[in-house]
Amino acid sequence: MTDKITFLLNGERVTVEGLPPTTTLLQYLRERKRMTGTKEGCAEGDCGACTVAVGSLHGGKTGYKSLNACIALLPTLDGREVITVEHLKSKTGAPNAVQKAMVDCHASQCGFCTPGFVMSLSTLLHNKKQPDGEDVQDAIAGNLCRCTGYRPILDAAHQAAQSEDNAMAVSPDVLKELARGKMFRYETPEGKFFAPVTVEELAGVLAEYPDATMLAGGTDVGLWVTKFHMDLPVIVYTANISALREIKKTDAGLEIGAAASYADAFAALADYDASMETLLRRFASVQIRNAGTVGGNIANGSPIGDGPPPLIVLGARITLRSKSGARELPLEDFFLEYKKQDRQPGEFLEKIFVPEKPQTVLFKTYKLSKRFDQDISAVCAAYALDVQGGKIVAARIAHGGMAGTPQRASETEAFLQGRDWNEETVRGAQALLEKDYRPMTDMRASAQYRMDAAKGLLYRFFLETTAPEAQTQVYGYGG
Amino acid sequence: MAGKAQKEISGGMGQPQAHDSAKLHVSGEAVYTDDIREPAGCLHACILKSPHAHAKIKSIDVSACAIPGVHAVMTAKDIPGANEVAPVFAGDPVFATDEVFYAGQSVLAVAAESIGIARKAAHLAKIEYEELPAILNVHDAMRSEKYVGDPYVMQQGDSAAGLSGAQHKISGALDIGGQDHFYLEGQIAMATPQENGEMHCWSSTQHPSEVQHLIAKVLGIRDHLVTVDVRRMGGGFGGKESQASLIACVAALLANKTGRPVKLRLDRDDDMIMTGKRHDFNIRYDVGFDDTGLIAGIEFTQASNCGMSADLSNAIADRAMFHADNCYFLENAKVTSYRCFTHKVSNTAFRGFGGPQGMLAMEYVIDDIARKLGKDPLEVRKVNLYDAKGALKNRCTTHYGMTVEDNIIRDIFAEIEKTGDYAARVKQARDFNAKSPVLKKGIALTPVKFGISFTLTMLNQAGALVHVYKDGTVQLNHGGTEMGQGLHTKVCQVVADEFQIDISDVRITATSTGKVPNTSATAASSGSDLNGMAAQAAARTIKQRLVSFAAQHFNCAEIAVSFHGGMVTAGEETMSFAQMVSLAYVNRVSLSSTGFYSTPKIDWDRPKAKGRPFFYFAYGAAISEVIVDTLTGEYNILRTDILHDAGRALNPAIDIGQVEGGFVQGTGWLTSEELWWNEKGELKTHAPSTYKIPTGRDIPKDFRVALFENENSEQTIYRSKAVGEPPLMLGISVFLALRDAVAACGPEGCLPPLQAPATPENVLKAVQAVRKS
Repeated sequence: MTDKITFLLNGERVTVEGLPPTTTLLQYLRERKRMTGTKEGCAEGDCGACTVAVGSLHGGKTGYKSLNACIALLPTLDGREVITVEHLKSKTGAPNAVQKAMVDCHASQCGFCTPGFVMSLSTLLHNKKQPDGEDVQDAIAGNLCRCTGYRPILDAAHQAAQSEDNAMAVSPDVLKELARGKMFRYETPEGKFFAPVTVEELAGVLAEYPDATMLAGGTDVGLWVTKFHMDLPVIVYTANISALREIKKTDAGLEIGAAASYADAFAALADYDASMETLLRRFASVQIRNAGTVGGNIANGSPIGDGPPPLIVLGARITLRSKSGARELPLEDFFLEYKKQDRQPGEFLEKIFVPEKPQTVLFKTYKLSKRFDQDISAVCAAYALDVQGGKIVAARIAHGGMAGTPQRASETEAFLQGRDWNEETVRGAQALLEKDYRPMTDMRASAQYRMDAAKGLLYRFFLETTAPEAQTQVYGYGG
Repeated sequence: MAGKAQKEISGGMGQPQAHDSAKLHVSGEAVYTDDIREPAGCLHACILKSPHAHAKIKSIDVSACAIPGVHAVMTAKDIPGANEVAPVFAGDPVFATDEVFYAGQSVLAVAAESIGIARKAAHLAKIEYEELPAILNVHDAMRSEKYVGDPYVMQQGDSAAGLSGAQHKISGALDIGGQDHFYLEGQIAMATPQENGEMHCWSSTQHPSEVQHLIAKVLGIRDHLVTVDVRRMGGGFGGKESQASLIACVAALLANKTGRPVKLRLDRDDDMIMTGKRHDFNIRYDVGFDDTGLIAGIEFTQASNCGMSADLSNAIADRAMFHADNCYFLENAKVTSYRCFTHKVSNTAFRGFGGPQGMLAMEYVIDDIARKLGKDPLEVRKVNLYDAKGALKNRCTTHYGMTVEDNIIRDIFAEIEKTGDYAARVKQARDFNAKSPVLKKGIALTPVKFGISFTLTMLNQAGALVHVYKDGTVQLNHGGTEMGQGLHTKVCQVVADEFQIDISDVRITATSTGKVPNTSATAASSGSDLNGMAAQAAARTIKQRLVSFAAQHFNCAEIAVSFHGGMVTAGEETMSFAQMVSLAYVNRVSLSSTGFYSTPKIDWDRPKAKGRPFFYFAYGAAISEVIVDTLTGEYNILRTDILHDAGRALNPAIDIGQVEGGFVQGTGWLTSEELWWNEKGELKTHAPSTYKIPTGRDIPKDFRVALFENENSEQTIYRSKAVGEPPLMLGISVFLALRDAVAACGPEGCLPPLQAPATPENVLKAVQAVRKS
């Protein structure tokens, strides 16, 4: 017996049955509802032309976030509220402040990306009254425009922010009525979709379907559908499990539920260390961070995920759970080899624990890519050096993009151990990176560049930890 | 009328009128091809691509494709007409026959009830290939002398003598990467069979007439049976000039075969893999100069990667040659061009059409000269500039024999040097670099001179159709297409201005081959120049009829009839435009007219490589300042100042938009946008996850853009200038600013071997090179 997908679409309750579970929200909007304001530009969450606002109820509170409809599977919308560009005008047909400002500022040319920008900015202004320049840049980092050069769009954002009322017409109370309080099951001849709400339900479903596809934010799995056209017979969706979304700060450290989105974890991680904030700002886009989870970024085992390198050097441990119990292991041990992780059938990633770092630990993490925003790393580096009295007593260094998995630099670490943290040491350490890694050449970077840049980043780390007045980064330079 | 203040119409020429679709864009109501309600029974098509760069097709077996929901499978042998969608020279088949020439080439297509079924079915075809060796770069093509067109030379003076007698000489080479258009709306068409053998097609194309003619050709029918419409594109940039034809023709072929409407929409990956891009170039140069930097002799050898067919490559390579001088008088110059064949997608038109590559090499040479002499590059630029308009010295002739009559670059330099505070900022950057070991600043001021006209003279013509209705409203059509550049808005402004009515009374409708025939592509920046004039001509024809009628009817001289602020005055009588139109109708005056325009003065003798290919030039200059992290090669644009020449701007808001957008697109081409093929000739950057166009954070932190006040010295519409392509080349300032910053890492006089695009990787490579020198 299948449940029907039930959600609010532009204020109206809609129910869906019979559509395959891998139907995307974008397909549903355009093909079924003929709401064609939401566009497909890339079908991989990288251009933002399909941006919609989605309201979710978590812990009794409703939050509205921008999401990419192109990779959002329709059953994940159950119990949520979707707002598209068609819903922004007032009842009398007047444009909202963002729409008006976009016209006033000549911020559309071909217009194809425009609804996506309008949605990103309308969601920003719904949530934040007085956004600053960085807020605006963050909000549109996942929206590509090929015509305008962005200047008029940025102007429009700031003009719209001056408006008194920037709230979108939403229905948080109706949303509360839609909450199921128990597992959502959706089934068609093409496949099954389960959205448990407790850890126990999740363990039970996975025991029954150990080969199920685990779906959290869908920023990767969505592409298996839209790009690789894979059939996914059983999907288990984890993002409705409140217990897996919790973020707890204790004296011992930071505990992050595996299904916490990067957007939700952003503040806690930024608070943990300022260096994390810069990394996270470069990490994907707002739309993707709103969906993508800390756990998914680990569990998919990508060699180029930006979460693992800093978490590894900070000594993070993860908990894997199944119906038969839980086990904990250091994060780095989870990655066995390229695309192979230490996860047994029926197991799921429950949480990540990041221990509080001692005062004496120097920690930094850096990301390097062709473009600042929404780009996958050529190299992601992280360093945790425990320096006491000028001497290195413990060293942990990890990189993404340098090997088949996120990997520590064991030779380099051994070299650093016990040495003074000075120019000579860092030069020696740079050379040893060549022993630790044999990076590959692909479209993101050559092997040579990855190695050279990793050396450069290590030197940047040295400068920033020994000569804090040195200017070492171009982003944010000059305010 | 004396003493009475005349009302000014809204949306006349010169006003910053909003884009005619702006309100529809922001509300999501603007209809793109994929948004058109599909006719009942519409099928969806998928093209199967070749997996190999070069292979023999030994057999094609489509029997397995016939799964439920499939209505047609088509291969080359099923085409009723010609298997050809090339714009000029043959060589672009709809479907491969016995050989494939690039990884991504169309082999067959399926029409089915959903895109999912069509995709699945297409991949069930069994095709046996025998792989053959592939040529994948210009160097290999040059070695094996494989070209898509004959090598071509433009020259003046004696370059060899100029070089041999020069005080200083530099020889060098520059690799220039290609660029994907990355229009946000991918290629798409929807074809619907009509009665009596006719075919209708909605196509996202810059060239509806060519799509019409090619559909007729592949179907084996006459042109008058095919109608192609396009209301708007979600971006074009040259990528929908010739590349839309394949998509539309496949849709039409399948529609013809099934008798049902067929939509073909390429997803982003197929779009980027299957369709052509900006040409990558390798340009070698030898330059001789004196102590002041004055060029005595110069030779360029341009090798362009055209891909597997000619497409528009010969015209593009020609334009690269035309712009090898940029703004500089080259007394003794020889430009040689090789149009290389490779087993890659056939490269095509892209904003600038070869001009950017030719111009970049020239600016790179100037930069070299200045570095070698220890001079500020701006000083060397000034020494070599063409003489100003009206100057007595005869340093005004290009290497293709055209006299530069309208040179205003010296005035633009003078103004931007001041407003951009160039000298002081150069000094500040030097001072900063002396104290900053890791971060280095760079700054560059570069000019643009871009020739306006299609260099194939025949294409410089346009038509328009204007209807005036009895209530005084106007419907307008012209041969140009709207891809976001604001062409429709500008042409509406022309017509509103001509009739002196508010722009809200003028409605432009979809471009249609059924309304204006035999049009040229909306390309070469010519849209408003050509179509604005054609629409004006149509409006003037109607207006003259109204004048003659009014003079007769009200018994006054024709000169006493005037149009102003929505009114028409004839002698003592004044009435609204609508009243006058209504009166004319009652008196049986025709209220509809076509208009036609052909560009005067141009005359290009290609065999002799001499003449006047361009009606006029558009100019501009930019100063960019960057900061580079020399540990990683990452960088940021701190400030850009632009002063651009749009003549007397027809719509300053739209023109500023073209300048800013063009600059950012040009900057993307030379920085983060890297096309990467593997050793098998497969493109691996075929989606935005891997191909990185600029985002909002990549534009200059401080971005100051202004239009240079002047008017076109030629008689163009409103004395405006074309503005679509020229600003793209202002992005060269960013590239050379990066090179300037890199140079700060090396010894005095070093020539950083920075290649384009200047990705962080290429910047770091150049930093390492100058540190070793």
